[in-house]
Amino acid sequence: MSSKPRVKVPKTASAGEVIVIKTLISHEMESGQRKDKDGNPIPRKIINKFTCEFNGQPVFSCDLDPAISANPYFEFSAKVPESGTFKFTWVDDDGSVYSDEQPITVE
Amino acid sequence: MERISLAAGTALCLLLTGLAVERAFGEPVDDTLEIDGVPMITRAAAPEGHPFDEVLSGWLFREAETRATQEDSFENPGMLAVERGGEIWETVDGSMGKSCASCHDDAAVSMKDVGATYPKWDADAQRPINVELQIDKCRVENMGAEPYKFDDAEQVALTAFVKHQSLGKPLAIDLTQGELQTWWEKGKDVYYTRTGQLNFACASCHEASMGKYIRADHLSQGQVNGFPTYRFNTAGMVSLHNRFRGCIRDTRAEMPKAFSDELMALEVYVTWRGTGLSVETPAVRQ
Repeated sequence: MSSKPRVKVPKTASAGEVIVIKTLISHEMESGQRKDKDGNPIPRKIINKFTCEFNGQPVFSCDLDPAISANPYFEFSAKVPESGTFKFTWVDDDGSVYSDEQPITVE
Repeated sequence: MERISLAAGTALCLLLTGLAVERAFGEPVDDTLEIDGVPMITRAAAPEGHPFDEVLSGWLFREAETRATQEDSFENPGMLAVERGGEIWETVDGSMGKSCASCHDDAAVSMKDVGATYPKWDADAQRPINVELQIDKCRVENMGAEPYKFDDAEQVALTAFVKHQSLGKPLAIDLTQGELQTWWEKGKDVYYTRTGQLNFACASCHEASMGKYIRADHLSQGQVNGFPTYRFNTAGMVSLHNRFRGCIRDTRAEMPKAFSDELMALEVYVTWRGTGLSVETPAVRQ
């Protein structure tokens, strides 16, 4: 399965407004605890870190562990002081980094 | 005396929480579903000859969190499959150099009623055809591509994408086409025939025991208006024939093959049993 992130951020906000951000990424989150049909362990492959930055400032980040289910979904809120860009990154066990950016305009 | 105190206790429980009511009697919830501003019909008057007065979407039988996940199309993980299906729609495949879009153009227009009107009668094959088989037929005859293997991730995604174009449309299959009525009768036989070590028919759970709990599982009417659905227990998409087979496996019976005559007849009959319910593809279930 390809890991494509989806992010939902409002296009506009008023200064200092608290907005809700939703993110979802398709990922199998293989825990490393399972075995295949022949009894061999299936290697762990999960997203182990998620971060969100606004204009270079950290907003939210977390570490993910093998018990998190497939297609991790995060919803959190952030205060928006000025126009700028939210940057989201997901770090995979295999070293891949998936990212997305969403601009927001403060009116 | 004991009975009176028990009754008083039950009444107190009912007063305390609404959830207790739902739990105690296993009734479907009194709630309305709207997805992206489109109202869904989750309760409809049953068609003539139906064993129930009212047909109910499986959404009404699920936990509050599961229902909420379906209400928000962003949060619904099934939409990932729909998006993937949208990409496949545009992708050229096969010897004739065509994609679905080459002929059908904008799916929002060309596919808008498909999810609500299949299965249809296939005059060439002289049997009913569902969306998965229609896709295969198109791939073989018009694209020069291989038919999908059953439950190939692409088959499920493309089926979900096509059916999703009918989101909100009430199920209305036309049984007057070809011999569909005969297949409906066959499907009805399958529905009421007890099989397996547990000796269950579809009707044992989804008609006779609808609304009750089978261990921790709240039995719905077994409607098919949300397929392919996203299920939390497998964290993935489940196609209708996969679900049919899963149910039959759970009765410890031999499973008919996907798209076999038996299961196609069952699809025709069960789709009719949900007449009037909105297409919810991709629904979210437990």
